[in-house]
Amino acid sequence: MKEIANKKSGLKTATQLMRKQIFIPIAALLILVLFNLIADPSFFQINYAKNSAGDPVLSGYLITILDNASELAILAIGMTLVTAASGGQDISVGAAIAISGSVVLRVLCGDNPRPEEMQASILTAFLVSCLVSMLFGAFNGTLVAYFNIQPMIATLILYTAGRSIAAWINNNRLPIISDPVFGYFGTFIPGIPIPTPIFIAAACMIIIALVLKFTTLGLYTQAVGINPNSAKLNGINPQLIKFITYVIMGLCVAVAGFIKVTRFSTINYSVVAADIEMDAILAVALGGNALSGGRFSMVSSILGAYVIQFLTTTLFKFNVSSSALPAYKAIVVIVLVIISAPTVREKLSKFWKRIQTSRIRKEAA
Amino acid sequence: MQKDSVLEMRGISKSFYSVKALQNVDFTLREGEIHALMGENGAGKSTLIKVLTGVYEKDEGEVYLKGVEGAVHIKSPEDAQNLGISTVYQEITLCPNLTVAENMYIGRGKAKITRWRKMNSDATRILESLQIPAKADQQLGTCSIAVQQMVAIARAVDMDCKVLILDEPTSSLDENEVAKLFKLMLDLKSRGVGIIFVTHFLDQVYEVCDRITVLRDGKLVGEYAIENLPRVELVSKMLGKELDDLSEIKSSDGSDEVLGEVIYKADGLSSIASNPFNFEIHKGEVNGFTGLLGSGRSESVRAIFGADKVTGGKVHIDGKDVHISRPREAMKYGIGYLPEDRKRDGIVGDLSVRENIILALQVMKGFFGPISRAKAEEFADKYIKLLEIKTESPDTPIKSLSGGNQQKVILARWLLTNPQYLILDEPTRGIDIGTKIEIQKLVLDLAKEGKSVTFISSEIDEMLRTCSKLYVMRDGKQVGEISGEGLTQTNVMNTIAGGGN
Repeated sequence: MKEIANKKSGLKTATQLMRKQIFIPIAALLILVLFNLIADPSFFQINYAKNSAGDPVLSGYLITILDNASELAILAIGMTLVTAASGGQDISVGAAIAISGSVVLRVLCGDNPRPEEMQASILTAFLVSCLVSMLFGAFNGTLVAYFNIQPMIATLILYTAGRSIAAWINNNRLPIISDPVFGYFGTFIPGIPIPTPIFIAAACMIIIALVLKFTTLGLYTQAVGINPNSAKLNGINPQLIKFITYVIMGLCVAVAGFIKVTRFSTINYSVVAADIEMDAILAVALGGNALSGGRFSMVSSILGAYVIQFLTTTLFKFNVSSSALPAYKAIVVIVLVIISAPTVREKLSKFWKRIQTSRIRKEAA
Repeated sequence: MQKDSVLEMRGISKSFYSVKALQNVDFTLREGEIHALMGENGAGKSTLIKVLTGVYEKDEGEVYLKGVEGAVHIKSPEDAQNLGISTVYQEITLCPNLTVAENMYIGRGKAKITRWRKMNSDATRILESLQIPAKADQQLGTCSIAVQQMVAIARAVDMDCKVLILDEPTSSLDENEVAKLFKLMLDLKSRGVGIIFVTHFLDQVYEVCDRITVLRDGKLVGEYAIENLPRVELVSKMLGKELDDLSEIKSSDGSDEVLGEVIYKADGLSSIASNPFNFEIHKGEVNGFTGLLGSGRSESVRAIFGADKVTGGKVHIDGKDVHISRPREAMKYGIGYLPEDRKRDGIVGDLSVRENIILALQVMKGFFGPISRAKAEEFADKYIKLLEIKTESPDTPIKSLSGGNQQKVILARWLLTNPQYLILDEPTRGIDIGTKIEIQKLVLDLAKEGKSVTFISSEIDEMLRTCSKLYVMRDGKQVGEISGEGLTQTNVMNTIAGGGN
């Protein structure tokens, strides 16, 4: 009897986990890990290798995943909040990254696209780009919150115009920063074997964790996303909350854009962060968050971002050509998204429960 | 199956996870009868209806229908419709931007091509035969709620239904409209349609119904012919206990009490939704706005709370000139507001009971002062216990609670902010009697503690029981104030109707 009771409690936790949101990205991650373990365990090896600057650094696929997912993870933070509060997505983030990167380079280079030394400190350049990105976020936010335009349409404007604005900021030239210090942010700081973007992403996660813990941003965005009428009658200003989420999205864009330009110390306006908005939206969806807004799980979204990068890297590892990559990715994404659909999840957990109870019954008999 | 019955449900059981919503319930509906399905919130009425209409699948039991051999299996609302079971829900589920005729015929028939002219003439014929005051080519949204409801019924009737389920159809109708609806129901009854009528209004049950089935805690209490079941017994059957006399709630006559100082006073206050009105409330007083639906009573209290844009007038709180233009400011002055439309304005559906309870207090504490998880749990537990909120846990999303329990959560939300002045707009609508009385008692208790309460209800006797002064509204205008000796049912009715006073 006791055994059955134990089994029952085990079953309960299993079904509970199934119904939890974070189950989906974790399950996806496990499947990918398992696949790689079977196909080629060397996927998980981490070695010391010399980078181009000659410093010993950690290298391996896992490091690549963590490194390359940084921008996406940071964007997932903003996208989650925007989705929760406004029930729509910001599709301008890729173009906005081009702008923020361009601003960084413009501040550092001044009028000369190949400066001997930087015209301003890196911090100044970063702060200016933050400001600009937040202004563009505010622009999107104003359209969505105060003019009641559907998020996708509102952000379509910047999506269309962003990359040409980015090119215009630098007079359509491609500045290159030769100072190696600038590159530290996107690659390695000498003496530290872990890629810097990983630290930046971690810092962003810590900051958002603190913000969610020490402010009511989480509760307010969810309340506004679920029922703006009720939120308003409880003293919340729904428009302001929506607006704020877009400004935060702008800040995330600035950080992601900064990583992007420091990776190569230059920028390509038409290619940089291309289609990253779709991956960011996908990260939110993979995290099991409803794209129609309301309840959200930040951890799940961020995990979703890493799952996407894990998938991309896995596909690269198996020599899927970069032109065929999106097609493969699409297949996997379809499967993941279907599994993560609430209706399917409900059915799965029911199915699981049935199997378990019938097994318990059989054993008891 | 009995000869004259159109529907029999036998031994129906349904559980949600660990909660047994229905246990071995029987239900019989006869041809040409109006059968009330009664019970408190959470008694299993909705679940039974949803099993019958295929929204839920039953765990056990059988359903039989007249003219169908053996038990029927209803797996989806479509199945139910094809078997002649139609439902009209409390909330209109039609499309307001389509015409009346389109709404009556949408999603029906296999034809790929719509013959508009035939559809319109058919619709006109049905509308006329049921005496529904709507035109076939009129946009549904331009009809009154009552007419929309009737169109929904017309749609159901035309689909050749044998069983018509009316789930709280009267809760958003005024008396005139209810009368019209009843006429339609009686008409259908004479045509042999079996009608299941779910409502909270006892008067209405005794006005039109032939039989009553009472459920309690998911179990069948019994089926009774209406003449054999006096009201008091019905109520005690629903509650499962003998009811203490309803009329004894109000301990003393409010008019005799010495009132405290005026804590809130409005002179010619108006908003974009309401005309100017005067209003005041004293410390420890319970007063109310009364009038028909749409008379402007809700708009008035919304103006007090700053829920609609205030356009003019003067407001004094504790004798000081203040200006309230947003809910947040009203809250700062210790005003709480429980809105009329619980679903639209009150609950935050996907958030948990706990989060819903702390929401207003949290907003008052501000953006940088989140209530800790432990504290929030403490608050939630306290009010779940105090108001006897039936919920699986504080983490349950509020939308999965029954209407009455949702209302209690919203009440808890405002009680938690410890308001000096609480506005309750229809706190008892769509709520079972037990909870109704609890809420009325609570209001009087609050007044005893020195808090002021403004109470709005469509049920005048409820207002008379709780309020010491009534502001009467008609057609958006303030038409009278009644207090003291004048607080009688006839007097209030006359003032509302504009006959006497």
